[in-house]
Amino acid sequence: MALTLKHLFAVIMLSGAFSLVSAMLFVVMDAVDVAFTEAAVGAGVSTVLMLATMALTVRVQKETKRPILFPLVVVCLVGVLLIYGTLDMPNFGAFDSPAQLHLGSTYLSITYKDMGIPNVVTGILASYRGYDTLGETVVVLTAGLGVILLLSGLKGRKDKE
Amino acid sequence: MDSNLNFIYGHLPYWLFIILMLSGLFIVVSRGNLIKKIVGLNIFQTSVFMFYISIGKMKGGTAPILLDKSDNNSAVIYSNPLPHVLILTAIVVGIATTALGLALIIKIREEYDSVEEDDIQKMDQKDLKKYNKKNVLETNS
Repeated sequence: MALTLKHLFAVIMLSGAFSLVSAMLFVVMDAVDVAFTEAAVGAGVSTVLMLATMALTVRVQKETKRPILFPLVVVCLVGVLLIYGTLDMPNFGAFDSPAQLHLGSTYLSITYKDMGIPNVVTGILASYRGYDTLGETVVVLTAGLGVILLLSGLKGRKDKE
Repeated sequence: MDSNLNFIYGHLPYWLFIILMLSGLFIVVSRGNLIKKIVGLNIFQTSVFMFYISIGKMKGGTAPILLDKSDNNSAVIYSNPLPHVLILTAIVVGIATTALGLALIIKIREEYDSVEEDDIQKMDQKDLKKYNKKNVLETNS
């Protein structure tokens, strides 16, 4: 897919489609909040950002010969290690997995009493883990500042020469 | 035999997400074009999100939005909301890093007139040689 295509427009569009399909997968796995964030942010905003970058840089990838054996070996090694790591995990959708036993069910039972919001995900995000969300906002602010600082100096070099 | 089959079915989703993650990693490592690297990073990221969400999934469960507010012990099964919250944060952080990476690509292209890693490395090497030669000449004279 993204490996052999030379036209970056097609690559970026495919990555947007991938985000949309993954949003559907999130719906199937009961994560509706994650699904619409992924659809809005992954399929929407990041595709637009990539298209803008493509418009400012290049549209077609250059033909280059790169070694393929070493990346393949690294990827296979990582894959074997990760699959070895999943062997100890509980089955997909199991009721008695450690992830289900403690915190998740507690949140489900106390969120409505504490907050009065039926959507548990929103309740946790905004209040129990409010500091997480604050930190996230700081990260987004930093990234935005970085983008502004990087792009505000554009064309500066050409003027100097 | 039956338990083996059960094990494979129960772990197949995880393995599929890992394979998806590896394809993202492969794009990042093996492709020289920087925009393609960012696309690979996105695939990598999204598959990790899928893995995380899959841990919170319960068989026969539904989205963690309470149907019956008064009764907590109703028969409805909700999937674990905590991974959803963490991944919601991670998606937003992911778009922030993607935006920063793309801005860096624009800047790199401004300086080097290329977004191919090989070209950029060649130019760096040439610059380094030139710089070293200049330094040697200065110390000699």
